[in-house]
Amino acid sequence: MNVLTDNLSLYGKGLLGTVELTVYASLLALVLGFLMASFRVAPVGSLRAFGTVWVTVLRNTPLTLLFFAVLLGLPRFGVVLPFQLFAVLALGCYTSAFICEAVRAGINTVPTGQGEAARSLGMTFTQTLGSVVLPQAFRSVIPPVGSTLIALAKNSAIAGSFSVTELLGTYKTLNELGYSIIWSFVWIAVGYLIVTLTISAVFNVLEKRWGVAR
Amino acid sequence: MTAVATPSAASTALYDIPGPLARRRHLLYGAVATVLIAALVAWVVYLLFDTHQFTAQKWDPFTYKGIQELLLRGLGNTLKAFAYAAVFSLALGGVLATARLSAHRPVRWLATLLVEFFRAMPVLVMIFFVFVALKVQPLPALVTGLTLYNGSVLAEVFRTGVNTVDRGQREAAYSLGMRKTQVMTHVLVPQALRAMLPTIISQLVVALKDTSLGFLITYEEFLHAGKLIAGNLDYGLPFIPVVMIISPIYIGMCMLLSWLAHWVAKRQRRSLKTEAVEVAAAEPGTLLPGAGEHQPRIPHSPDGPKSVE
Repeated sequence: MNVLTDNLSLYGKGLLGTVELTVYASLLALVLGFLMASFRVAPVGSLRAFGTVWVTVLRNTPLTLLFFAVLLGLPRFGVVLPFQLFAVLALGCYTSAFICEAVRAGINTVPTGQGEAARSLGMTFTQTLGSVVLPQAFRSVIPPVGSTLIALAKNSAIAGSFSVTELLGTYKTLNELGYSIIWSFVWIAVGYLIVTLTISAVFNVLEKRWGVAR
Repeated sequence: MTAVATPSAASTALYDIPGPLARRRHLLYGAVATVLIAALVAWVVYLLFDTHQFTAQKWDPFTYKGIQELLLRGLGNTLKAFAYAAVFSLALGGVLATARLSAHRPVRWLATLLVEFFRAMPVLVMIFFVFVALKVQPLPALVTGLTLYNGSVLAEVFRTGVNTVDRGQREAAYSLGMRKTQVMTHVLVPQALRAMLPTIISQLVVALKDTSLGFLITYEEFLHAGKLIAGNLDYGLPFIPVVMIISPIYIGMCMLLSWLAHWVAKRQRRSLKTEAVEVAAAEPGTLLPGAGEHQPRIPHSPDGPKSVE
């Protein structure tokens, strides 16, 4: 029990590391995912192909392999960045593929008639997209994006094994200090539950507020 | 709402059928985008050459029989872990789903608790817990972690499948005098399994991908073999060549399985036996942990519900 009280700062640092990784990688994933989704629905063939390749490859890549390639491979190109940034890059790119698919699926659930009606009212492409299609897509995209971001938070545990400060990595220090391994894992588990359940709660609120009542 | 099939954006709310002017403009965008993407690819290739990734020293090791065998052994270990994890998690998923659908409240609660907990935990935490705290060999630790996680997700998938079978099926079966077990085994589960098969296969893709986590607990799988080669100074630390050899194999295996899921989804959707249930899309199970059973489904979208609960 005293594992937690004795090592509050260590756990705090680990939790903060996990939260930071999650937040930064989520932002990157959301931006990249949105970009790739727009590529995939664009009327330009080469962009669509690029988006498709991006999504297909990344969705089928084991995240550990991606971490391996980014954290150990990129330095061979002379790209030297802090490990945390590499981890954010790997996590963000990986998750962006899933976000892209969620967003694209959301856009596809908007009935064709909506866009046609908007255009026949004389709305421009931007207006159609901004005030008709995307608001409706946004509603059905909330749950899948939420679960993707939860997966991201959980996946951030891999970063710990590549010398990034995060929650799971704290077990090593505690183990060396001679604390009970079981209890240190219990508190790590609690930390992850806090993170994932918070994200889940946020998205459940969003869903209640803006989700489609069907 | 005539079905217009334009070559570029078939049946989307986003565009009209492009006219001659728009087509010309799209052609121009296409040319610019192609040039940009080609430039990006060229730059990466240039970087590869510039940092001497294609020198004979770095590629030589792959011609040695010992190294090839090392890689193959690694691949074999990966597949072995996957096979165990797949079988056990399907079994665990079945058990947990049965428990969650049980008529006894305590059983249901216990199963719900377990499923929610294991789904909210990172797989890696479970793997490390079993490996470090219970001091188990790497393979069983990896398989246990993967089984607990994927089994819980599969339990939710099975349960969702049973719940999405048309209510009339259940009612008809009960009114024929079948008991709950009979209704389940003869009516609901067969239809649910058909409908959920794409999702189940997609979840197995997740399990296959996650076998690479074994790398982090020194299980001698594919990536581990790669690391051994990559860390060799005699070959000039061939990290990039190793990645270039390992990733296509890994990604190829996962793609093959994903493709199978899509194929199954298409096939089941055409099948007469899935008329009373909606075939799920080929996506791994993605229900928010902690969310109740009352999430909105997206009914009758062109290719099945997009968010599989």
